[in-house]
Parts: sequence; C-alpha cells; structure tokens
Amino acid sequence: MQLIAEDLIVERGGRLVIDGLSFAVSAGEAMVLAGANGAGKTTLLRTLAGYIRPSAGSVRCEGGDVELTVAEQAHVIGHANAVKSSLTVFENAAFWSEFLGSANETGGHIESALRNFGLDDLAEFPAAYLSAGQRRRLGLARLLLAKRPLWLLDEPTVSLDVASTERLVSAVNEHTRAGGLAIVATHLPLALERARTLELVSLRMAA
Amino acid sequence: MQTLTQQLANPTRFMDLSARVLPWVAGIAAALIVYGLYLSFFDSPADYQQGETVRIMYIHVPCAWLSMMVYGLIAVSSFGLLVFRHPLADVSAKAAAPIGAAFTFLALLTGSLWGKPMWGTYWVWDARLTSVLILFFLYLGLIALRAAFEDESAGAKLTAVLALVGVTILPIIKFSVNWWNTLHQPSTDFTATVDPSMRWPLLVMALGFTLLFFAMHLKAMRNEVLRRRVKAMRTQAVAGRDRLATQPAE
Amino acid sequence: MNSFWALVRRDLRLAVREGGAIGTALGFFLIVVSLMPLGLGPDLNLLARIAAGILWIALLLAALLSLNRIFEADYEDGTLDVLATGHLPLELVATAKSLAHWLTTGIPLALLAPVLGILLNLDLASYPILVGTTFVGTPAVSFLGAIGAALTVKARRGGLLLALVVLPLYVPTLIFGISAVSAAAGPAGMGAAFLILAAISLAAVVLGPIAAAAALRIQLQ
Repeated sequence: MQLIAEDLIVERGGRLVIDGLSFAVSAGEAMVLAGANGAGKTTLLRTLAGYIRPSAGSVRCEGGDVELTVAEQAHVIGHANAVKSSLTVFENAAFWSEFLGSANETGGHIESALRNFGLDDLAEFPAAYLSAGQRRRLGLARLLLAKRPLWLLDEPTVSLDVASTERLVSAVNEHTRAGGLAIVATHLPLALERARTLELVSLRMAA
Repeated sequence: MQTLTQQLANPTRFMDLSARVLPWVAGIAAALIVYGLYLSFFDSPADYQQGETVRIMYIHVPCAWLSMMVYGLIAVSSFGLLVFRHPLADVSAKAAAPIGAAFTFLALLTGSLWGKPMWGTYWVWDARLTSVLILFFLYLGLIALRAAFEDESAGAKLTAVLALVGVTILPIIKFSVNWWNTLHQPSTDFTATVDPSMRWPLLVMALGFTLLFFAMHLKAMRNEVLRRRVKAMRTQAVAGRDRLATQPAE
Repeated sequence: MNSFWALVRRDLRLAVREGGAIGTALGFFLIVVSLMPLGLGPDLNLLARIAAGILWIALLLAALLSLNRIFEADYEDGTLDVLATGHLPLELVATAKSLAHWLTTGIPLALLAPVLGILLNLDLASYPILVGTTFVGTPAVSFLGAIGAALTVKARRGGLLLALVVLPLYVPTLIFGISAVSAAAGPAGMGAAFLILAAISLAAVVLGPIAAAAALRIQLQ
C-alpha cells in the first residue's frame, strides 16, 4: 500500500499554508515531518486525515482496501487524547476498539495494547486519576486497539518520559516492519527505522 | 476545484462590473420610490373602510415581500457556497443578512403601526405577524452565528448550513403557525382583493424597494470584498514582518 | 452497526457516571414550572387551562440547557476527531449522539412532565395525552437541538447563541405538542395534531443528523 499526496494546496484562514506539495509514502516506511512552528505540520496531517479539504490536489491510498477512505484506514493522534475521565482505562480502550475496529478482532488485544503502553495495572481505574503522561499513553494505545495501515501522529511524544517515548518508537517500528505506514510530526529526533524526513518550510515570508 | 488565482480574479471582475451597475440600480430605485411615494400619497384613493391608514400598505407590503425574497437569496447564496464553493456566494449571504433583517423589522413595525387603527392594538398574534416574527429571529440567528467565530471561513460555512436548515423548516413553521392561529382565534382576513387603483402604486413601490435592496446589497458586497482585501493585506504584512520566521530559500 | 451501538452505550454510560447534567435539566424544569403560578396567581382554573403550554415551554427550556453537551465535550477532548475516522458515517455518529441525548434527557423530562402537571392542576383526562405528546415530541427536541449544538460547538458565547439558533426551530414542535393536548379535550380529538407531531419528530430524526454532520465536518477543519 502507498499513500500519495499530489500537488497539495491548502489554505487556512485566507493564508496559503501548503503550496504544491507532492510526496509518496510506501508500505514499511516512516516519514518524519519537520519544520518550524507554523510551517504547516498539523495542517498537513489534518489534510491527509481528511478533516481539511485541500484547495487543490489530492490525497489517496493505492493498494489498500478500495472501499475505504483514507481516513478510515488511518489512526490519527492529535494534540488531545480522546480520553473520557469518568470511564475506566479499560472502558476507554474497549470503546475505541469496538468503534474503530472491524468485527473480527480477537478479545485479548485490548489487554495487550494496554500492556504495551504500561497501563495494564491501571485498567480498572477511571481515567480521571491518570497523569498527563499516562493519559497520553492511553491515547496512543488506540494505535494498537484496531488494525489500521496508516498512522498519522501529531507531536505524539508530548508529555511522555524517555521510557514511554522509547515504547512509542518501538511500536511505530513494529508497525512499519509489519508493512504499515507512519507519518510523524515531531521536533524530537526519534529513532525511527526506515524513516526519511520531509522538511516543511513556512510560507509566511514567501507570500 | 478553484485555484487561488481564480478566487482572486473572480471578485475583481465583480468589483469592475458592480461599480458600473450600481449607480444605475440606485438611480432607478430612487426614481421609482419617489414616483411610488407620490402615487401612494397623492394619486391613490383612501380605502372606503380603512381610510387614509391604508397608505401604510405601500411601505408595509414591499418590506414584507423583501423579508422573504432576501431570505431566499441568502438560501441560494448559502447553497452556492457549500456546494460550489463560490467565493462571492458567501459575500452575498453575509451582506444580505443585516439588510434582510432590517426589512423584516420594518415589515413588523409598519404592520404594527397599521394594526393600531385597524385592530385597536399594536400587536395581535395574527398568523402572518407571528411567522414574520419568527423569520426575524432566524435572521438574528444567522447574524449572531456568523459573529461568533474567529475563523471567518468556518463561520461562513456554518451560517450557510443554518440558512439551509432554516429554509427547509420555514414552510413547516408557517404551516404550524397557521394551524395554531385557527385554533386560537379567527384569522383576520387580510387578503381581500386589492383594488386596481391601489395595485399600480403598490407595484411601483414593490419594484422600487426591490431595486433599493439590490443597490444596498451590491454596495454591501463591495464593502465586504474590500474589507477582505484589507484583511488579507494585513495578514500578509504581519507575517512578513516576523523576523524570527524562517527565511524562504531563494 | 456495532460501532453505532458502542457509541450510544458509551454516551449512556457517561451520562450516568457524570449524572449532573440530567439532574440540572430536571431541576430547572421543576423550578420553571413552580415559578409560573407565582407569576400568574394561584387561580387553579387558569392554571389548568394553560398547564400544557407551561409544561411544554418549560420542557423545551430545560432541554435547551442540556443541548450543548451533545458535542461539546467530545470536541474539546479530541474524541470528535477520532469519531470522524471511524467506519460509521458522521451522520450516524450524530444520530447515535442525538439518540443518547433523547434517552438521557428527553425521556426523563417526559417522565417528569405529568408529575409537574399536578402542580398546575392539569385536567386528569389530559394525563395520558400529555405523556403521549411528550414522548412523541421529545425526539424532535433532541434531534433538532443537535443541529444547534453542532453549529455552536466552537462558537464564542455558545450557550446563548444555541438558544437563539434552536428555539425558532422548535416552534412547530411546541405548537403541535400543545395543540394535541388541548384538541384532545375538544370534540375532534387529538388525532391530527398528534400525528403531525409524530411526523415532525420523524422528519427531525432524519434531517437533524444530516445538518448536524454537515456542521461537524466544518468544525473539524
């Protein structure tokens, strides 16, 4: 499978943010989005996820399930964690697993996803008790709760400590090794395998 | 799909065209209204029942007509924005809303002033008055919703959604208000046929008011286009003077 | 449809855990109804005559207080972003959330209405009809309300704006809700008004989520 962006032009609030960007990411590859604040990393990710309609150009998946949109094949991790405080850690995970997944998921994957991010001992507690880093990990656990080929991660390491960051990096590496795609906007140098960097340049001056 | 250049080019053509059309529309509107006012005050008979107060009709009916026509125009513009993403469609919808609200308010006000001598009270819960009042609320909703968003383009599209919801539900509101009215009180028979001697001044006034609306609408659209240009220039100027922002590679 | 019911179940669970919202709406309903006789005087005949109107208006106002909850929390904590990437179309997401709102707010308000009817000396024969109209009419309240909630989710001064946007849409529901009750006392019976009320609710269930989803797509940009 391949994610292809062609001649993307995106405007936000009357300002041109992305002007004629083209790239392709293939199965097994990771792409790091770099660039200064306001260079359009979040805008690009939200365009790839289908939230923002580009003024021109297209985003498409080749070789994936033809019946699904790009958004339906993607996990999107944004700035917020989509965690409900009054539900327990397990209930949060179980809801996303059921909502995002397809029916043929096995029962044990919720436990294993929580274990992967070190939350298995906290499963029965309401998410209100979690620290900022733990909430972030619960948000990230969504990546493993339903199988989706395309991961779009916007600053995924926010409020994570070193050990948790390593856990995330190894999850991304496992995902790409298994033939998945990942696009990660980050300021940190992450030890991602098979990764290349796309440097976004702010268009503010160019305009 | 429109490119940025097309979006800029289009309003430019509009500005050229509207600059040429506007004086004519405004001039004809003024002439018609002056002629219409002369007809309605000096060259039409007083009603055998209502006396001189019938002359309020020549203001009231055009306003009431515009209150509906302008909402229709907003609905069409909103459709144009949401479906075709036409850049001028939103300018049109935004410019029309306050003018439409003003005409709706005038229709209510003149209706109320007419009601005092006719029904002995400034306000009756007549089915028409009630529907127009709700239409006025819908206009206020459109104006307030647009004003509530920092991001103008999101505000524009959301307002367009509300305008289309409104136009779908307006017939149902009208129908239910009629039903409610027959349940509570006999409806005042407003629709008695208009005498030909009154029909001509009414027609002239209606046409004059419609052109007056279009003149104001064009002017408001021109102002809005200019406002957007100023905003775009300021946005670029502010961004261009940020010394910390990355320099583009030459 | 798995994900549809998963979403409904989650919203019901959240409503039960966070309880406050339903309590506030019911409390507001009770207080508005109790204030009416204080403003209008204790004349029981007058109250009985206008009871249905008071109950319906107070019910709409109470429901209005809870509408912003339909999408606001999900927007703020990022849940809406993720819901939009599900296999479930956004229209059905809006349907699920409006349905959950009806189950957690519309039905409790409809259940409380006849109880409050006692305070207003509502005619005994009108009780079954009042219960019928509130149950049949409240879906329109939730599903039309979802349009306003979706439109104002990102707005400044969202709460007041929501009232301005939504209340005109409630006019038909209000008129036929009350008409059905008062017509039932008359010779013609409540048939027509009640059926139109049901039709309005059904139309709202179809159209509300379409408009709400269109608004949500814009909010996500």
